[in-house]
Amino acid sequence: MARHVDHLGRPVVAVTGIGIVTSLGVGKADNWAALTAGRSGIHTITRFPVDHLNTRIGGTVDFLPSSNRGGAALTHELAETAAREAMAEAGLPADGLGGPLFLAAPPVELGWRERLGLYGTVGEGSGYDRLLAAARAANRRDLFDASQFATIAHRLAADLGASGLPVTLSTACASGATAIQLGVEAIRRGECERAMAIGADGSATEEALIRFSLLSALSTANDEPEKASKPFSKDRDGFVLAEGSGALVLEPLDRALARGAAVIGVLRGCGERADDFHRTRSKPDGSPAIATLRAALADAGLREDEIDYVNAHGTSTPENDKMEHLSLSTVFGARMRTIPISSNKSMIGHTLSAAGAVEAAISLMTMREGVIPPTINYDHPDPAIELDVVPNRSRKAEVRTVISNSFGFGGQNACLVLARDPL
Amino acid sequence: MSARDVLITGIGLVSSLGEGAGRHWKLFAGGTEPVVDRERFAPYTVHPLPAIDWGLQIAKRGDQRQMETWQRLGTYAAGLALEDAGAKDDEALCGSMDMIVAAGGGERDVTVDASIMAASETEADVGVAINRILTTDLRPTLFLAQLSNLLAGNISIVHKVTGSSRTFMGEEGSGISAIETAAARIRSGQSSIALVGGAFQTEHPDMLLSYELGGHLHRGDWKPVWSRARSEGGGVVTGSGAAFLVLESREHAERRGRAAYARLGEIRSAAMRRGDGHAAAIAAAIDSIGPAAGDLLTISGASGAHAATAAETEALVARPGLVARGLSSLTGHLKEAQFPFAVATAALAVRNGAAPAPFAADEKPFAGTPGTVLATTIGYGSSEGLAIVTKAE
Repeated sequence: MARHVDHLGRPVVAVTGIGIVTSLGVGKADNWAALTAGRSGIHTITRFPVDHLNTRIGGTVDFLPSSNRGGAALTHELAETAAREAMAEAGLPADGLGGPLFLAAPPVELGWRERLGLYGTVGEGSGYDRLLAAARAANRRDLFDASQFATIAHRLAADLGASGLPVTLSTACASGATAIQLGVEAIRRGECERAMAIGADGSATEEALIRFSLLSALSTANDEPEKASKPFSKDRDGFVLAEGSGALVLEPLDRALARGAAVIGVLRGCGERADDFHRTRSKPDGSPAIATLRAALADAGLREDEIDYVNAHGTSTPENDKMEHLSLSTVFGARMRTIPISSNKSMIGHTLSAAGAVEAAISLMTMREGVIPPTINYDHPDPAIELDVVPNRSRKAEVRTVISNSFGFGGQNACLVLARDPL
Repeated sequence: MSARDVLITGIGLVSSLGEGAGRHWKLFAGGTEPVVDRERFAPYTVHPLPAIDWGLQIAKRGDQRQMETWQRLGTYAAGLALEDAGAKDDEALCGSMDMIVAAGGGERDVTVDASIMAASETEADVGVAINRILTTDLRPTLFLAQLSNLLAGNISIVHKVTGSSRTFMGEEGSGISAIETAAARIRSGQSSIALVGGAFQTEHPDMLLSYELGGHLHRGDWKPVWSRARSEGGGVVTGSGAAFLVLESREHAERRGRAAYARLGEIRSAAMRRGDGHAAAIAAAIDSIGPAAGDLLTISGASGAHAATAAETEALVARPGLVARGLSSLTGHLKEAQFPFAVATAALAVRNGAAPAPFAADEKPFAGTPGTVLATTIGYGSSEGLAIVTKAE
């Protein structure tokens, strides 16, 4: 029987290790220094030609060995780098996870370089007939592995010493939060004494950029990249495509204390709700996001007035920021004008499948350090959005609890409630 | 018996054989021939989609247009499962229903891709050509129509299932984890009803390419799944199809007054090391969840991939009294939907108290009444799943 249980008698879920990579750098130290200094990682894209593109900026991670080796390779390296940092902080041997792995990752298809490379290996025919003929003629295990959605998680599971069949998942922009939720649920069911939740996204290819651009989702503020992501501002014009990863080692608090691990914080609650309104727009009354926030608070056993800070989804799209404000104002009432809220995406862009995990990691650091990273580029506030967005400069504050929002394309919403103190 | 037993209360199936749980059982029980298309993707054979009146489950044409075939197929089969469970159009029930979808995705625009491939042979700067062609020729909404998590998104939009929405990826393993996770949540009280399943649309060259990069596709004359080892190619014949289940706690089903097909028992999932020990590992997994002795009807999701199917065959043959039906002989390999389809077929056998007729000439008859049925999916890739399905009462 667990000694440390929550308000519903479930084991308390502790976080004992965090790892993070964003365009600002590798690891907690570099990222935290940059985030609290209000520095942007958004830059002009150099990974591929930007001719003909309306958006030529991004928060790509250009400094890893795999940065130019395709979306699958980079997503793998991002996930592994964050996971290794988290394992080390948790005091675990590199292959000593001993629990399930939940990986939030983008559906990375075979890239153009690989496709055209394969195409060039045979001389006859055209189109997919020729690609298939080339595949028959060659034994391309490397390309096969890159084309299978299971590959990254299976390799990580083997390398980290995870147990069982690893889960690869996608709930669009909520994926990272869903991975954490799956880990929390597995621990609460008593299935495991440890779980690794990772969100990783290295899929900022030319095709991904063009696809989002064709949906008019991206900022086109190409001239000043570091100013492009401006959540809650009047002149916000879309999100900035970005890459990164976040990893959390989760374990029952009892277990963490018993083995003398340092507890960074606890995952108090998770909430989710799907939107049935539209493929890219949320229900005008905000009811799915509102229900998600309330479900997370109820799961955490906290009242609205017990939340000290909101880690916003804050994508910098006209739609999201308006709807997020509506939902938060509905749930938290007039107090929402004074609860500090900030968007990490103002500095690191939208890391898509990784965002929920990256931002959960930053939320934990926010509580531990007692400093709230700012929403930068807040030069022209949107008068319709009355929020304390911690504008432009980080702020010292005692933060005991955070709610971190992830509202996805395709209607998948997830919120996490994190707390600094175990009990 | 427990209030938190996991019951299967709804089944939605589509394959080359047709649609619906009832039709599939009729053909499985009575014996049938596979439906194959040998020409369209030669040298590969596929089991194609049947004619489907999409409007029966996706009322709005606007919704149908927002999806490529794969999403439409999954949304359609999800509707069949909800209808079968008496949950369709029950807004309160669907509004609190959980959902886990096993998804692939990526039905790319073949014409646009072909023009990039052609340009790569003539243009000086291929990177610039890619940007130009994608920017001008790609249909803006195609991204959403093929995006992995948007099958679940469309099920929410069309059928109003909004309690939760999770999408698992990773070939057969996604379908295994989806059912395992949904069942574990129900058993522990984290959920009381869940829609779970997947769809696969193979009639697209990029879908075939992802198998053939690993040399997995069978070539030449069609053969049953157990008989492809000495044929040209890799042994997998793919099919288009979908399988969705409604899983529900016993308590919840009784409160709704719904009869169940069967009870979903123990589930084993694994990422086994492939190679010499694979057959022994599969056999040990079967022993760990199956009855110790006696007849055991097994609905096998074997893909036909040479090494994996040889290992599975060795394990199945070694277990006395085990009688297998290789689903892929009739439906083709359904990838993400493979495990849900095998579990659904096992539930149909339990419900009907009979085994399917042999799916191929070399499959043994099964005389008794199957009260416990094993469903397997030994992936062509790197995932294994086993489930026990028993009578609901």
